[in-house]
Amino acid sequence: MKLRLENIQKSFGDTRVLDGISLDVAEGEMVCLIGASGSGKSTLLRCINLLEPLDDGAIWLDGEDIADPALDPQPIRQRIGIVFQSFNLFPHMTAEDNVMLAPRRVRGLSRDALRPQITALFDRFGLADRMGHYPDQLSGGQQQRVAIVRALAMQPEIMLFDEITSALDPELVGEVLEVLKTLKQDGMTMVLATHEMAFARDVADRVCFLDRGRILEQGPPAQIFTTPTQARTRDFLSRVLNTGQAPAA
Amino acid sequence: MAQEQAGLTRRQAFERRLRRRSMMIAAGSTGAVVLAMVLLIPRAPGWERVKQSFFDWDVVVRTFPKLLNAFLLDVAIFAWSAPMIAALGLAIALARDVRNPVLYPLRLFGALYTDIFRGVPVVLVVYLVGFGIPGLGLSRPWNSPYIWGTVALVLTYSAYVAEIFRSGIESVHQSQRNAALSLGLSGSDTMRYVVLPQAIRRVIPAQMNMLIALQKDVALLSFIGPVEIFRQAGVFKSLLANFTPYVVAAAIFLVVTVPATRLADHLIARQNRART
Repeated sequence: MKLRLENIQKSFGDTRVLDGISLDVAEGEMVCLIGASGSGKSTLLRCINLLEPLDDGAIWLDGEDIADPALDPQPIRQRIGIVFQSFNLFPHMTAEDNVMLAPRRVRGLSRDALRPQITALFDRFGLADRMGHYPDQLSGGQQQRVAIVRALAMQPEIMLFDEITSALDPELVGEVLEVLKTLKQDGMTMVLATHEMAFARDVADRVCFLDRGRILEQGPPAQIFTTPTQARTRDFLSRVLNTGQAPAA
Repeated sequence: MAQEQAGLTRRQAFERRLRRRSMMIAAGSTGAVVLAMVLLIPRAPGWERVKQSFFDWDVVVRTFPKLLNAFLLDVAIFAWSAPMIAALGLAIALARDVRNPVLYPLRLFGALYTDIFRGVPVVLVVYLVGFGIPGLGLSRPWNSPYIWGTVALVLTYSAYVAEIFRSGIESVHQSQRNAALSLGLSGSDTMRYVVLPQAIRRVIPAQMNMLIALQKDVALLSFIGPVEIFRQAGVFKSLLANFTPYVVAAAIFLVVTVPATRLADHLIARQNRART
């Protein structure tokens, strides 16, 4: 297993947000987390990245328990990329500088040494002519693709995506989902929190339905979307699929 | 009428009429106020004496060059104090954010420092530092009022400047910090490359106002010795038995501070526009 979550517990004050989550993710697998707002999808991703400390449980990355509270989170975060719903690009830097900052500071590489790799990444995701632009000069879809490039530039072992299309205008969603398909073809291990049901159904290897901080049901998308075993999964799916919240990818 | 307004939309024509009307009202009421001042103030019983002792043109001509010269000292004190204030203010702001337990004394010191120096009038700090520390029996040049006056200004102003920097640091959204940390950047790199550049940009207008206040407060050093413009004006006042030098000094300050204030207001307005 590339990533193994074991009985993850997390509370904010008296509110239990994650209530014993266990999940195995194989190398190159794409796992989609679905569920209502507040079901714990985002918190789970932020816990895996160690942005939120766990209360209890273990996270094994390549057989190493990274949730040990005594560990320095900085080198671990370098191995796990995350992309956020609201892009969170650094507004005072060009797209290129956004992407170069971490490799330069953390891996100690020079701009010149990085430029071929970075240029290739921008080029690959259709951003070659946007490298010198500031975030506020880019569309939402372009900003989100730059954010993905920024995470990829650290050459992470796994990538986490936290509802990365939720803040986008509908016509920009497709270009970002295309990037995810490309990464899957590359064999990247990915965990996504998403509301894009059509995308999850078509592309994911496995879908997990989260409800009140637990994984209530998981399986291949064909099974989850057509013959869910849990009543709450059926409820959730009928609500989101009937209100058209999930446009085609 | 219809011809004059050709090419204007109904809304534009309406707004032009509105603008003209309010301009006429403004001009009328301003004229009335100025007229009242011109007519009424000279009728006050003491006007002739005030005119002589505050607005004597001969005194202006006689004292202006020396006052301007003395003002250069104000500018010089300002010029060497401001960078020290900026550096110390930033250091204190950062010290108050430190989470490392070894550096806890620094954090405590930062909090105490800003409390104390924001709570004491500048003139008191100038007196206490300017007279107190040389009173320890320091020998020349270490008893110079320039040194200790500067120290007093730096101590007081860096407390204010630190608080402004801190408010800027806190105004940078947590998601920016998270984005940087999630890329594997260290805490100090996150502060240096992601948080501070945004924070400093946001507080520039507020810091401009501190600079203007500092330029004025340099005059407080006159109490401990340096013959800067306020003290020079006092010398002239005693010599000529006339207050006009103070008016000249005030006018010289205004020539510097008014444009600076306008610039600060302009920066604030631009920032407010950028946020919306």
